[in-house]
Parts: sequence; structure tokens; C-alpha cells
Amino acid sequence: MAEANVVVNNSVQAGTSHELELIDRVQRGENSLFYELVRPYERRVFAAAMAILRNESDAEDVAQEAMLKALRAIRQFRADARFSTWLIQITVNEALMRRRKDRNGVMEAIDDRRDEESDYAPRDFADWREIPSEALERKEVRQRLAQALASLDRKYREVFVLRDMEQLNIQETADALGISIASVKTRLLRARLMLRDLLAAGWEQGWFSRLPFEKGTKPW
Amino acid sequence: MVNDNIVNCEHVWREISNYLEDDVDASFRSRMDEHFQTCSACRSLLEGTRNVIQLYSDERMIEVPSGFGSRLQHRLAQSRRAPGRSWSPWSAWLVPLAALLLITGGVRIASSRTVPQPLLSAHAQPARNIPPDMVVVVSADAKQFHVPGCEFIHNKERERTLTAKEAVDQGYVPCVRCLRKYLQTASAGRTSLEMEATSEPDIAGPKQDGGE
Ligand SMILES: [Zn+2]
Ligand SMILES: [Zn+2]
Repeated sequence: MAEANVVVNNSVQAGTSHELELIDRVQRGENSLFYELVRPYERRVFAAAMAILRNESDAEDVAQEAMLKALRAIRQFRADARFSTWLIQITVNEALMRRRKDRNGVMEAIDDRRDEESDYAPRDFADWREIPSEALERKEVRQRLAQALASLDRKYREVFVLRDMEQLNIQETADALGISIASVKTRLLRARLMLRDLLAAGWEQGWFSRLPFEKGTKPW
Repeated sequence: MVNDNIVNCEHVWREISNYLEDDVDASFRSRMDEHFQTCSACRSLLEGTRNVIQLYSDERMIEVPSGFGSRLQHRLAQSRRAPGRSWSPWSAWLVPLAALLLITGGVRIASSRTVPQPLLSAHAQPARNIPPDMVVVVSADAKQFHVPGCEFIHNKERERTLTAKEAVDQGYVPCVRCLRKYLQTASAGRTSLEMEATSEPDIAGPKQDGGE
């Protein structure tokens, strides 16, 4: 895991002292501090709900429900876990419950079983043209990337969002979605390769044609 | 795993994601490394996959509806005023918890001040929890600094070592993959230049157990 590379120091673990203090105070009943505690993660909580529900107003509602649930369960949180991970897991759980109530749940369960095992062969082997992260300043680029992600089948999208956008680790992703570690790895591989192909195709369609870095240095 | 000494392109495709997770065993990894040196297609695949992860891990990729934060704040405040109203659709196990919460002060009246929504992005990730003297690396044409050995170092041939404080001073921003632990929990809306404000300068020395 990439985690293995991180310098782990005994005094820097799950949370900063500020966060730990907030958690402690909320656990002792200072509920008005809860928003301050979750605020750094509210965007990620929304994104996790959105990955599963794909509908802004449902996702917002579930994100709010999940945070209320987290507030009520805050005493169950133990400081050896990462607070953000705990929040995301509650959110994913809440979103999955919401979706199960949906009639679409049946359709998507079928989709789930489709070609899980078959290998995905990458399509595009031309020299990769790097999209620099500065390009994300442009709304159009962000939208293109969001569209590419939205076009993935649910099972690939969810795993990718939790691991690569929410920064859960493989085990946490597996736990949150209730699937095996092997499935997480297979789906993640596929999601990443598919997105790479979509972005490569996007270059050909001129999605990124007006990127500022194109003057001067070639990005590839 | 592949026992064969020769690694072909298909083996690389199957393992490329694990490779980026640092989740392949050492001998297979070095055979993949050899393969990348001779196979430009797989190298392109690796670069592209790494680029994908890097782009999507950027906080700017998360868009929330406008007013999301203040509506959330409002709803939290509302639940404190009238805790009975908002949990009706919830599962039963929450009820005892909610009761507990009532005892411990769940009926506080919230302050109604609005907190401005910060624009969070990888560029605004607070770095103040990174020990200033921690050894990090940067590379020629990228904006981020990393823990040595991170898979997401942009151009390993042209990397340079410095301290985290120097990196921040020179305008580099922390990599969200390898420095995640430090970025995770700091309060929002601060800039990385606040690193000097670290209150515990002695909490970590440079102690890498790098990737290789
Ligand atoms: Zn190859
Ligand atoms: Zn890194």
C-alpha cells in the first residue's frame, strides 16, 4: 500500500490535536461544535453519497442524514480510527440503504454481476499526454473529468471514488461497500484503466485543447 | 503471481494498479520496472494511470451544490433544537443513542453565525501538520512535494531533496497521497504557508522507510 511509504510518527496518527479536542468536547456534549468538526470533510461526505446515488438532492439529503447520524453516534467513535474515514463509512452505509429502497436497486444488482472477472485490455497506447493538475482550475476540464467518471458502471465508479477521491485504503473501501478486497482491486484496476482510456480519447476530441501549459513546454 | 521470469504486457496491465498501490512483491516489481524501461506502451499506461489518480484525488474535483455547507449547518442546528423531529426514518439502533444525547446536552441552542465556505483544493490543503524539518522530495516540473519513494513523484529522474518547510516556502503543495496523514484533519480554509504555525516542531524527525 502507498501508506507504507508514509512517515508514521507516534505522535501523529489519526487526528490533529485540534480535531481530537473537538471530538472529545462533542463527545462530552458540546454538540454545537460538531459542525466545526465535520466541516473539513463535508465536501468529501457529499461526494461519497453522490458516487452512490448520482442525484444531487438525494446525495445532499443523505450527506446530512449521515452527519446527523455521526453526531448521535459520536461516542462510539474511538480515536484510534481516522475520523474522516469513520464519517465516510457512515455516509456510504446510509447511501447504500437509501439506494436499496430505490426501485433501481434491482437493475443495478444485475449490473454488479456483469463481467467482473474478464480482463480489461487498455485501448490506447499512444504516448500519454499528461494533464497537469493546474488544468483543474478550469471548470470545463473538471466537467470533462466528472463526465468520464459518471460514465463508468456503478461498481467501478464507487470503488474509484472511495479509494482515489476519498482516499480510503483498500481495506476500508472493501468494508464500506461490503465487498472483498480482491473485488476492490479488480474494480479499481478497471476503473483506472477505463478512465485513462477515456481521457486519452478526450485529448483526441480536443477536450483539453486550450490548456495553458501547451505554450512552451510539451506536457509529454 | 507470475513465476515466469519474463513479464509481458498483459501481466503489466493486470498489476499496474497494484503497482501504484505499492502492492506487488519486490521481485515482480523489479521485473515490472525492467519492462517499463523497454516497453513504451506500458510506460504510457503507467504514466496515464498515475495521472488519472492524481487528477481525481485533487479536492477541486469535488463539487458541492452551492449553499451545501450552510444548509448542513442549519440542519445540524435544527436537530439540536428539536432532536425528535429529524430521525424518524432512521433505524432503531439510534434511539438509545439519541436518548443518551438528550441527557448530555442535546438541546443546546445553536449559534446562528454563518461560516464562510472555503474553496478547498489541493493547493489550499493545510500543510501545518507536516513537521517543517521532514525530508521531502520535489521534481523538476511538478508542483507537489512528496515523501521520498512516493509512487506519485512526477519525474523521478529529476527529483531533489529538501525539507518540508523549504518546499512550502518555494510554493510546492503537499501530495495528497503520501502526505495524506498530515492533511487529513487540519481545519479548512488555511493555506499551506501557515506551516510555521506548527505548535509541535519536535514531533517528527526525518525518518523515511522509503518505497524501494
Ligand atoms: Zn509492455
Ligand atoms: Zn506523493
